[in-house]
Amino acid sequence: MAAVLESLLREEVPVAAAVRWIARSTPSSEDSPEVAALSALRPLRKEFVPFLLNFLREQSNRVLPQGPSTPAKTPGASAALPARPGAPPRGGRGARSQLFPAAEPVSTAAEAPLARRAGRRRGPGPGPGPGPSRERGGRGPGGPEEGTSGESPPWAGGRKPRGAGSPGSPRLSLSDPPNLSNLEEFPPVGTVPPGPAGRTKPSRRINPTPVSEERSLSKPKTCFTSPPISCVPSSQPSALDTSPWGLGLPPGCRSLQEEREMLRKARSKQLQQSPTPTCAIPELGSPVPSRTGGLTAEPADPARVSSRQRLELVALIYSSCIAENLVPNLFLELYFVLQLLTARRMVATRASDLGSNRGALDPLETPLFQSIHDCVFFAAQVLEHQFQVLSYLDKGTLKLLAENERLLCFSPALQGRLRAAYEGSVAKVSLVIPPSAQAVSFQPETDNRANFSSDRAFHTFKKQRDVFYEVLREWEDHHEEPSWDFEKGLGSRIRAMMGQLSAACSHSHFVRLFQKQLLQMCQSPGSAGGSVLGEAPDVLNMLGADKLGRLRQLQERLIAPQSSGGPCPPPTFPGCQGFFRDFIMSASSFHFNQHLMDSLSLKIRELNGLPLPQHEPGDEDGESDVDWQGERRQFAVVLLSLRLLAKFLGFVAFLPYRGPEPPPTRELQDSILALRSQVPPVLDIRALLQQGLWARRAVLTVPWLVEFLSFADHIVPLLDYYRSVFTLLLHLHRSLVLSKENEGEMCFLNKLLLLAVLGWLFQIPTVPEDLFFLDDDQVDAFEVDTATSEHGLDSVPVVDQQLLYTCCPYIGELRKLLASWVSGSSGRSGGFVRKITPTTTTSLGTLPPKTSQGLQAQLAQAFFHNQPPSLRRTVEFVAERIGSNCVKHIKATLVADLVNRAESLLQEQLVTQGRHRGDPAQLLELLCSQLGPHGAQALTQGREFCQKKSPAAVRALLPEETPAAVLSSAENIAVGLATEKACSWLSDNITALIRREVKAAVSRMLRAQGPEAAARVERRGCSRACEHHAPLPSHLISEIKDVLSLAAGPRDPEEGVSPEHLEQLLNQLSQSLQCRQFLCPTAEQHLAKCSVELASLLVADRIPILGPPTQHRLDRGQARRLLHMLLSLWKDDFQGPVPLQLLLSPRNVGLLADTRPREWDLLLFLLRELVEKDLMGQLEVEACLGRLNEAQWPEDFSEELSTLFRLFLAEPHALEPQLRACELMQPNRGTVLAQS
Amino acid sequence: MILTKAQYEEIAQCLVSVPPTRQSLRKLKQRFPSQSQATLLSIFSQEYQKHIKRTHAKHHTPEAIENYYQRYLNGVGKNGAAPVLLELANEVDYAPSLMARIILERFLQGHEQTPPSKSVINNMLRDPSQIPDGVLANQVYQCIVNDCCYGPLVDCIKHAIGYEHEILLRDLLLKKNLSFLDPATPKERTLLLVCLEFRRQSSVTHTSFLSFLGCTSQGFLPSQEAKTVTDEDQLRAKGYDKTPDFILQVPVAVEGHIIHWIESKASFGDECSHHAYLHGQFWSYWNRFGPGLVIYWYGFIRELDCNRERGILLKACFPTDIVTLCHSTQHGLTLKILEEKPEAM
Repeated sequence: MAAVLESLLREEVPVAAAVRWIARSTPSSEDSPEVAALSALRPLRKEFVPFLLNFLREQSNRVLPQGPSTPAKTPGASAALPARPGAPPRGGRGARSQLFPAAEPVSTAAEAPLARRAGRRRGPGPGPGPGPSRERGGRGPGGPEEGTSGESPPWAGGRKPRGAGSPGSPRLSLSDPPNLSNLEEFPPVGTVPPGPAGRTKPSRRINPTPVSEERSLSKPKTCFTSPPISCVPSSQPSALDTSPWGLGLPPGCRSLQEEREMLRKARSKQLQQSPTPTCAIPELGSPVPSRTGGLTAEPADPARVSSRQRLELVALIYSSCIAENLVPNLFLELYFVLQLLTARRMVATRASDLGSNRGALDPLETPLFQSIHDCVFFAAQVLEHQFQVLSYLDKGTLKLLAENERLLCFSPALQGRLRAAYEGSVAKVSLVIPPSAQAVSFQPETDNRANFSSDRAFHTFKKQRDVFYEVLREWEDHHEEPSWDFEKGLGSRIRAMMGQLSAACSHSHFVRLFQKQLLQMCQSPGSAGGSVLGEAPDVLNMLGADKLGRLRQLQERLIAPQSSGGPCPPPTFPGCQGFFRDFIMSASSFHFNQHLMDSLSLKIRELNGLPLPQHEPGDEDGESDVDWQGERRQFAVVLLSLRLLAKFLGFVAFLPYRGPEPPPTRELQDSILALRSQVPPVLDIRALLQQGLWARRAVLTVPWLVEFLSFADHIVPLLDYYRSVFTLLLHLHRSLVLSKENEGEMCFLNKLLLLAVLGWLFQIPTVPEDLFFLDDDQVDAFEVDTATSEHGLDSVPVVDQQLLYTCCPYIGELRKLLASWVSGSSGRSGGFVRKITPTTTTSLGTLPPKTSQGLQAQLAQAFFHNQPPSLRRTVEFVAERIGSNCVKHIKATLVADLVNRAESLLQEQLVTQGRHRGDPAQLLELLCSQLGPHGAQALTQGREFCQKKSPAAVRALLPEETPAAVLSSAENIAVGLATEKACSWLSDNITALIRREVKAAVSRMLRAQGPEAAARVERRGCSRACEHHAPLPSHLISEIKDVLSLAAGPRDPEEGVSPEHLEQLLNQLSQSLQCRQFLCPTAEQHLAKCSVELASLLVADRIPILGPPTQHRLDRGQARRLLHMLLSLWKDDFQGPVPLQLLLSPRNVGLLADTRPREWDLLLFLLRELVEKDLMGQLEVEACLGRLNEAQWPEDFSEELSTLFRLFLAEPHALEPQLRACELMQPNRGTVLAQS
Repeated sequence: MILTKAQYEEIAQCLVSVPPTRQSLRKLKQRFPSQSQATLLSIFSQEYQKHIKRTHAKHHTPEAIENYYQRYLNGVGKNGAAPVLLELANEVDYAPSLMARIILERFLQGHEQTPPSKSVINNMLRDPSQIPDGVLANQVYQCIVNDCCYGPLVDCIKHAIGYEHEILLRDLLLKKNLSFLDPATPKERTLLLVCLEFRRQSSVTHTSFLSFLGCTSQGFLPSQEAKTVTDEDQLRAKGYDKTPDFILQVPVAVEGHIIHWIESKASFGDECSHHAYLHGQFWSYWNRFGPGLVIYWYGFIRELDCNRERGILLKACFPTDIVTLCHSTQHGLTLKILEEKPEAM
């Protein structure tokens, strides 16, 4: 490899030829002999790119020692791999630690510490051990032993010997500029390495301080590939990875306070040591001002670039590799280049080091970057080549790039282009704060009782729903508290709830709710936007570069920088997604997971197959633009939903297999492989991917597929099935060459999105690094015929920057990097005046006619093809709605009529059959059989309805200017579709519907209403003129109750009621009964009862009257007046039954027994009036009086009662008027009576 | 009448161990003249109920019951006309109506072999003249009419108050032209009458008729507290499991918060009841229909109105600041604030 690079650098081989050599598998005939020489090295070809990347990283070590390293996952040489491709030897999450696969072990010095290291790290060499060493850096923030052993993190430029030496050049490695900060190379203890080891003071490994919001939520996330968090393999891996996700806190993780303290100390130590920045403080996180801000940047001068030509050459080769998609991750390389651009200063190398190497002629032995000037020059060179990609970045990034003074110095031309691109860009990426949670609304269609097997299941679901939201709310309240733990707080409740979901049907109901809520909370572009990674909205991004200077001081005070995942964050569940992840974990229910997978798969298939509208060419008027916005939005929504669903599907599907590390031995692995290859995939993603590629819908399919695969366990990529999927993806990746923009090709941003997500996927730890650098033959073997004539979604510009950044928030790291440079650099440009030039989207291609079955269908398809997509949507929408409305209309008219008819039939039956009839069920059968035939009318009526309604709706929804022919066609199609929909439903369901409606209406009302209420209901309601000012019934009951309680006693001597108050009360009662607005049946019942009791008290003269101390009694006239009022209330105002017989209950009559002298005349008067007013029948009164005799009374009272009875019988009510007159003349008649 | 927690606690403090009588209420009103009577009564009632819930068990031990019964018998043995039961209740700090129930149950147990059913007891409490013993009937009656926190009359008053406020709210919504789900249509009533007529004339039993209709006898007992067909019943018929008093067909904004439903509570919103309602009703509504408004007509503790952002808004009266969605021909959807002046109907 080195030989190839060397020959390039010596200009033995032209760059162009070399690139061709790299990119193409077969040498072409016109290649020069030199290239022919290269082709002899063909087997090495695939190793060239990893070699180049590693070389560059290596070279940059001294420039970016303290800075964030750029991770990359490049495989070791193939020789290091076991026979099976893709078998274990991978790992090396930690950034550059992995980047020297081709090199021989550096020195024995390097081995010593490695061997000392606990854990799985073995010494190098192809021994019989379980394969090559595996560095799992980046998993979890810092292993416990790191802090104590004083090692620098592996990513800080560690060179890690791979298992077997590869045919690289050892010379190269040895001559590398020593990386003083790398403690693997220069361990504190061990053989003194050549060079200034004495100067190397081991820096203390500082564990990251988790301050980001995400972290405090639950557990710190593991970054597999990202530089920020690296971790030397723990000696207790099982403890480290308590969860299958490896998300557990390392057991040795210190408390925050401790960490902070250490960090503070380390910082002060560093300050004392300066200006010797050899011991970089390894920090996590992407570059942020707080770190770099402290260092003033070395000025970069184009004039001081050491070897322009060499740098130009390497830049060209490097750029070509990027352009040809030969690097796994485009954005990672850009990130690296920007790091070089913004490097602050070079690690000082001693002259002796350089001097020792100077003599050598080998170009590879001379450091590529000898100064900051070299780095910046190189970066500017590469950026020039990558201008096209840069120009598609968001406006903020463009601005920062265009304002970068180093670029201005080194490449004014590029700066000018960037500036122009910035001014022309409309790609504003907004950061939206997610809205608070909204519940899934009740869905009457699915959530109703009829969909449950039993009342109990229905009730359980009812409760589940509430428990679910209760849990969700609690999570919302507490998940940001550091002390709160999901499992501890909610785990048992969730499991209890799961335990109740016994029936399978209940599970599916709950899963539906769960999935809907998931989509609702996490899918909307807004909520996914700003906090895709679940962090607090990035302060850097929000403030922009301008205010960063001011922010700097503040930031420096912060102990730990804002942590974001870096350019290659591991898959995470940010924000609300965390809730759903934790819920699944806590529920740990097999049933639930299975139902969830079923449901997710179904939804994914459904959304993936959604016929997304195609962009029609040439139509650039405003109207179609409006449509276009909608289409793009629709695409974004579908895409984001799919990604979310696929992520969770992947999570759940691979959950059982997910472990912190791959199987330790080959044997074990083989047996697992054999087993797993028998298990069918949860979702046939290969077929879906193939379809997607074939239908040119990769832009929709691939992003969600990547989400799904990002959760794959270590075994998955080794399975033939998934391996073929990866190969397909790899092939796709290679084919997405950005510079090719042919007619019908995929749009630039679409490609960029795919490159970004695929690049991200290739960095996922479970994806073997060697996979990317597969043999071309293997890749080519999976050539898919995408050259279909049809234009698919891929060629439609559906992706915009907002969507790109939403899906790939890590691209934003570029901007952060640049922003941190601005904040750190003293002389920053002032920026330039904003000038926004709107751009228009360009349309591509023409729509070829689509072939389909059936002439009519074909015609309809063709019709739609040449119309704006909104027309099709409108027609389908109208048809769908009208069809549905038609059914509703028929329900409301025809079915309602039939129900009415059923009523009359029922009445007929009742009349004709009288009391002797059969079973009610038979009656219903009879009714239904009589009504059934009328159901046939439904179809006719349905057809009429659709015919009448659809055209009008279509006309209303389509633009006025729609040509008449188009309009009428659209109308006809809508009518047809609507009729089809309505009639097919009606013919299937009408009979059952009629039956159900008849039955349901009857049962519903019966359940809701008792017989009394039914009888009363007819008379309800007050007069139209009523203004409802009557006193409230509750108030009246309360007042009457007070009177009753006064009468019943005990009472204070001064308590009593005035006769006026009583009269007023009865008047109010009358008003209230007449108004009825606020009168409920219960209240009326109680009022009736109370009024009867009041009458009894009046008759017995038991109401304490306010007034002069002697009186205390109601005079007879007043009592009668009140009784008259009551009688009229009973007669006219009460609509419900009044329990008048209570007047003659032993208890109420007994009230009279205690009064001395007893006065019976009021009672007699009342009874007569009752009979006369027809409130009670004569016989009824007699019966009551008769029953009174049965009770036990004092003897004299019994006699008086008998007399009253006789008197009542003796004087027929016809004589009432005279009697009344007579009574008025003889006020003491009752007493007389009693004495007689 | 929105009270701060401190204000509320001051009132609640005065209510410790106050018997639920007319006299107590009068004193309370004198003590807090500035508070509305309804609010005071509501708080009193709630506090007293809390108290009873705490002490309920100790009054229901067999020993306690026997003790009370003997004291009752002794008391009426001396003087049947004296308020024996009422005074006993006040003395042992228990609700008179509930004491009446204990004694009545014990009395019936003594006179009949089988323990009396709940409905028999309830009927007797509702209508003491059904109590076989005249003296006990009077004593029970006296307890019931003197109890202002428990008993059939109080239950009825509470029910009526709730109903009245729902009606009030409905009228206010109608006046504002806000559409919500309507009560049953007349057509259904007719059909119902037909059904009932059918049942009346037919020889089938009530239960078999119900089972024929596919409903259980639960929920339909021909009681005196028969309900009318309401929105709620309609929604239930559609399958909704939990429904607020009013579901707005078009959501509105109140004080800047979107609401989909309104629940009327004719009581004071104290911590205890509010949390129970949140758990049992309001969050359930939110879970199904989204954010909503709760009107505590008799006020609430200000501090409880803390879920506005979450979607539960509290008010002590009908809101005045209502913003509705309306369709404008020119600008699509715009918002318009309803004026407070009465609208022309």
